[in-house]
Amino acid sequence: MIQLNVNGKLQKLDVAPDTPLLWALRDTLQLTGTKYGCGQALCGACTVHVDGTAMRSCALPVSAVVGKKITTIETVDAGRVGKAVQAAWQKLDVVQCGYCQSGQVMSAVALLTQNRKPTDADIDNAMSGNLCRCATYVRIRAAIHEAAKSLA
Amino acid sequence: MNEIAIEDLSRRRFLQGGAGLTLGFCLPGIAAAAAAAGPGKAGEGLAAPVSFEPNAFLRIGADNSVTVISKHLEMGQGTYTGLATMLAEELDADWAQVRVEGAPADAKRYNNLFWGPAQGTGGSTAMANSWEQMRKAGAAGRAMLVAAAAKRWQVPAAEIEVSQGVVRHAASKRSAHFGALAEAAAQETVPTEVALKKPENFRLIGKQARRKDTLEKTNGKAKFTQDIQLPGMLVAVVAHPPLFGAKVASFDATRARAVKGVVDVVQIPQGVAVLATDTWSAKKGRDALQVSWDESAAFKLGSDEILARYKEMAKKPGLTARKDGDAAAALGKAAKVVKASYDFPFLAHAAMEPMNCVIRLSSDGCEVWNGEQLHTGDQYALAQLFGLKPEQVNIHMLYAGGSFGRRACKDSDYVLEAAQIVKAIGGKAPVKLVWLREDDMRAGYYRPLYHHALEAGLDEAGNIVGWQHRLVGQSIITGSPFEKMMVKDGVDATSVEGASNLPYAIPNLTVDLHTPTDIGVPVLWWRSVGSSHTAFSTEAFLDEVAAAAGKDPYELRMSLLTAHPRHAGVLKLAAEKAGWGSPLKAGKAGERRGRGIAVHESFRSVVAQVAEVTVARDGSLKVDRVVCAVDCGTAINPDNIRSQVEGGIGFALSAVLHGEITLKDGKVEQGNFDGYAPLRINEMPAVEVHIVPSAAAPTGIGEPGVPPLAPAVANAIAAATGKYLHRLPLRSSDLVT
Repeated sequence: MIQLNVNGKLQKLDVAPDTPLLWALRDTLQLTGTKYGCGQALCGACTVHVDGTAMRSCALPVSAVVGKKITTIETVDAGRVGKAVQAAWQKLDVVQCGYCQSGQVMSAVALLTQNRKPTDADIDNAMSGNLCRCATYVRIRAAIHEAAKSLA
Repeated sequence: MNEIAIEDLSRRRFLQGGAGLTLGFCLPGIAAAAAAAGPGKAGEGLAAPVSFEPNAFLRIGADNSVTVISKHLEMGQGTYTGLATMLAEELDADWAQVRVEGAPADAKRYNNLFWGPAQGTGGSTAMANSWEQMRKAGAAGRAMLVAAAAKRWQVPAAEIEVSQGVVRHAASKRSAHFGALAEAAAQETVPTEVALKKPENFRLIGKQARRKDTLEKTNGKAKFTQDIQLPGMLVAVVAHPPLFGAKVASFDATRARAVKGVVDVVQIPQGVAVLATDTWSAKKGRDALQVSWDESAAFKLGSDEILARYKEMAKKPGLTARKDGDAAAALGKAAKVVKASYDFPFLAHAAMEPMNCVIRLSSDGCEVWNGEQLHTGDQYALAQLFGLKPEQVNIHMLYAGGSFGRRACKDSDYVLEAAQIVKAIGGKAPVKLVWLREDDMRAGYYRPLYHHALEAGLDEAGNIVGWQHRLVGQSIITGSPFEKMMVKDGVDATSVEGASNLPYAIPNLTVDLHTPTDIGVPVLWWRSVGSSHTAFSTEAFLDEVAAAAGKDPYELRMSLLTAHPRHAGVLKLAAEKAGWGSPLKAGKAGERRGRGIAVHESFRSVVAQVAEVTVARDGSLKVDRVVCAVDCGTAINPDNIRSQVEGGIGFALSAVLHGEITLKDGKVEQGNFDGYAPLRINEMPAVEVHIVPSAAAPTGIGEPGVPPLAPAVANAIAAATGKYLHRLPLRSSDLVT
């Protein structure tokens, strides 16, 4: 049994220690908002917050996150930044297929938590680990600026 | 304005615990869907079974909710929103109360009107084929609500107005929400003829109706196939052969079975499937499998060898796809002849959600959960495998996490793989087939590798007098159920589309095609299909010809397009908005900048793009800005058109900068996003999209934004460096000074 702190709740999981956090979230805790895209931390669809930092849960064994605070897309709107990012995403109709967008939102929230007024270059740096095959990038960039404005 | 008391029957009904109210005409299919769909899908909240009738696209709830049933897959292209916009427009619904559900598989009611008796999504046809159908469905609903109100209030129907989900009779100051009238409306006769609005009265079409799927795709609640979990369900990960055409010789599952969570290991025609209680255990089990493969019938050529063969084939004429005048004679007499050839690699679709499918067998049929793009084809394929009737295959169409053509597999490949696993375990548990990224990338069904050879002849004045275009590449359609419809005299229309319908006024023009049949790599339509390569070769070559003729690329195009006003219209608009002809701001020291233009028709829409690029000294390329003009007929949802074109530009740029699947000795060399890299945000240009106002019926928009990008970029590179690109993807070494 492994005990994890997920979205403010302590959860006991009967999974092997090498299980990536992604699959523990999705298959064991039924938190399916976090997506599988590549399994090698290349696409960012699985991005969650670990102690506030954006991490790729597909390449992170559960054994490495014991005792840490894990936040997923399901509760990211509990914070002011999460709310602002989701509102900006909705205002600009960022999404297309939507599969990568949980990860995009999580990376954007992490960025804006640390940097309330990111430049385009800051956005490129923080978001270039998140692939969007629909290429919604023009709107992702605009929505991050929009969220920054609403948080100012 | 006087206070108008609005009947709120719906609320009362709800308080009484009454059943939902439904419009009778809209119910065909819904009862079946309700039975099939399970919680949260089509048919939710339905009161009672209802007899079948046509036009199964609308349900109005007692709570005033307006549910639009989408016969098409939502894979990102905005279909749900577009179909709902059309219906809600004629219904005069309140957009805030409109929601969308996926239709069940039923080709009788939900066929794609452009595809005859088949249900499916593709070819950028969703809006175009539904344009009258969805509006008529909305108008019929509106007429029945009005008729019901007229009876209830004892007033002439002609005096009743409908707006934003409220039915009103101004003179008697009466009004009612849709929900309050739904039960009575259901008793009305379905009108056979309905009048549709004039465009000047549109309230939603052409305006900024918000996407219906944004909220749940922003908060993680949207359900994709990957998210389906059924009681007792097993997850299957499959060991696939390393070569196309290889088969399992033997396997040892001892170590796989020892992995905790692994429940079963079964051989299927596609490989060996490991079934486990969860995905990670299934993957570990698959990795622990020992399989030896029989490669005796496998395809073993590399992509370099395939290309070399194609170049050899291109030396001789192929089958004629178009012949105007006598191109060979014109080239023979020309004052100047320009020649160029172009190479295009295999491309993977690489949707963010790798292919997957959930199947459950029951006593009376099977249920499928899938981002379903070819309902009818998959239904028949599964029925055949399981020995069922097609109507016993119930498909729940979920959101697809991208597709770009991949989920519309003509051979139902991954769907049948899931079914074979279910069959192999005797249907004892529902199965979710999960392809890991590497499985997805190496499974084939690529955009085919192509080689094009072009020649153009100029007269003394620089006029193009002859054009010869030869293409070599695999057919997507041959051998598929679409062959009869789309292959004529050996020429697959999708191989030459974009080349054989070249719009330019050239008197002598030949397009011919070689279709190799001995290449064992599965190929498939990839967003924009043939135009994904023909737009490049035709439009990049035309710039080379313009240079040889000493003409401006924009002016030359305009002079050859007098018979094609839509092409000329978008070219002019894009050129104007991009400031064609004005000097570009200089780059930094050592940087070269250029602007390029291209226009292309696909899926009955015409798109022109002007790209601005910067080429650094080391040959690295940055596409700074793309200005785009689109003519897609009536713009149903302008914001979605912009969104699709922005995305299409990013998708196309991936293929310019990075996209390439290569084979070595038959083995696919790429497996994940390190080897096959889609565009990232730091590579995305600024995009401007301008829509040509049009009252014509809508044409496609999911794909047409893709084709012009690569040639526009190539032409911009040529303007900056004088170097013409003859192969994709771009190698920086091609641009080093």
